[in-house]
Amino acid sequence: MGQSTIDVKAVRKEFPVLNQSDLAYLDNSATVQKPQRVLDAVTHYYQTENANPFRGLYDLSVAATDAYENARQKVADFIHAPKKQDIIFTRNASESLNLVAYSMGRYLKIGKGDEILVSIAEHHSNMLPWRMLAEQTGATVRYLNCHKDGSLTVDDLKAAMTPNTRIVAVAEISNVLGRAWPIADFAKVCHEQGAVIVVDGAQSVPHTKIDVTAMDCDFFAFSGHKMYAPMGIGVLYGKSEWLNKMPPFMTGGETIDIVTTDRIVWAEVPHRFEAGTVNVGGAVGLAEAIDFMEDLGLDQIEARELELTTYAMERLKAIPHVHIIGADEPENHHGILAFSIDGVHPHDITTILSENKIAVRAGHHCAEPLHHYLGVPSTTRASLSFYNTREEIDRLADAVGQIRKEMGYDE
Amino acid sequence: MNNRTFYNEVLTEHNLHPAHKHELEDANMTCEGLNPSCGDDIWVHLDVDDNGIIQKGAFEGDGCAISQASADMMFDLIIGKTKAEALRLADLFLKMIKEGHLSDEEMEELEEAASLQDIAHMPARVKCAVLGWHTLKEMLTGEADQANPQPVSTEDK
Repeated sequence: MGQSTIDVKAVRKEFPVLNQSDLAYLDNSATVQKPQRVLDAVTHYYQTENANPFRGLYDLSVAATDAYENARQKVADFIHAPKKQDIIFTRNASESLNLVAYSMGRYLKIGKGDEILVSIAEHHSNMLPWRMLAEQTGATVRYLNCHKDGSLTVDDLKAAMTPNTRIVAVAEISNVLGRAWPIADFAKVCHEQGAVIVVDGAQSVPHTKIDVTAMDCDFFAFSGHKMYAPMGIGVLYGKSEWLNKMPPFMTGGETIDIVTTDRIVWAEVPHRFEAGTVNVGGAVGLAEAIDFMEDLGLDQIEARELELTTYAMERLKAIPHVHIIGADEPENHHGILAFSIDGVHPHDITTILSENKIAVRAGHHCAEPLHHYLGVPSTTRASLSFYNTREEIDRLADAVGQIRKEMGYDE
Repeated sequence: MNNRTFYNEVLTEHNLHPAHKHELEDANMTCEGLNPSCGDDIWVHLDVDDNGIIQKGAFEGDGCAISQASADMMFDLIIGKTKAEALRLADLFLKMIKEGHLSDEEMEELEEAASLQDIAHMPARVKCAVLGWHTLKEMLTGEADQANPQPVSTEDK
């Protein structure tokens, strides 16, 4: 991968929040800041095209419907889905994953004796829906353990699967470890053994190119707000062979073709899964965010984030008593650096960093079982976007380097 | 670096070298306090005599510097006091954190614990500061049933 040609100074000017103060915003895995053009696209929709889509027979409603459906096509192209009907708009990745667990769980008639294999590193969003499904149906959730360096191989998956494994739920990139797992290889193994694979792409979509067709996953979920779009819009991609057979998740307006007092005919996919008035503004913002990322170039974003990750790891590793969770290599972090400092609680680290106008996250990052598994109660996480600067990383490292002294240690 | 830090020497000293963080074999009152949002976990132990005077007190557990230092300061204050006095001090501390200020006389009563006043302006850390005090209060007001002990959570109220 070559050096990034992104003009960071120029691109930062597009982000209002980055320009309102000297905050070093390093909590990008939680949510990223929004460029003005995305905010403008949302405003433009509400100013000129707003009506309730699908229902109205007048021009404005048609415009709203077009805006929404064009966004769906844009998302399909962005992740290389076969067609736009394979894209369901949700509120976020969590809702997408709950939808799969509920509707696919029912379609597959998951029950006693069936096993759902969930990676130990999953965000609670790709763990709790499966635990709920198991609790309601008598199925069993089993855990797929990764290695301490964050790696997870096809052999690990093969060893953990049994003839009863029907669903495998994994993140493409863990929100704590930052390591990408070989999903295409996993999908092959799952399909050979008759299981479906459900992928949480919330942390991979902002940082890497996605091709769900090449990956051959059955489902792929992500959130708009982690990829420069507004909060409240998310995506579920599903193979149409499943979506066409699955019952709805939530029901209501637009989910039906016919309702009489004794009969319901569900609408075609994707509308069957989009109950009630949809988030057109959010979808329009997501489409604009995709244009924004493609204008920068996904290769460029990846190259820039690798440069920053490499520099941040160099600086943090040079500080005594600091330990980065996961792999040694920057290319296995995707800008996600969870770390600990000997003798200092992550909440104190984060408060001190906040006093220095550096925004990072502390806690278990909605992946509590992973922290128990790694034997750390919680961690501090700095997470990078292409718009971060070496100067911000210097501020982080300088502040981290002083923390033990501030907390009363001699060194 | 920012040179105005909340983590002053009083706080870090109580955190690194807590005087009251140990087991208490003679304890006749014990209660666990949890702060689910941080994963902080504290055990408050008291040895209360027949006259209701706290003869000994100690805590155990894991948590951030604020929760640990705050608990240690609390025991400095309540050992030797009656249960009623300890409860009044806990109420004062909780009021200081909730409302952000106390009268000068009230602040004096809290001694070193008064140095945690600024937590009132750090909403993300309020639960850390009150964990020990909240647990003590629940225990002394009898809501934490000694015969059937359940952990006290900062999420309860």
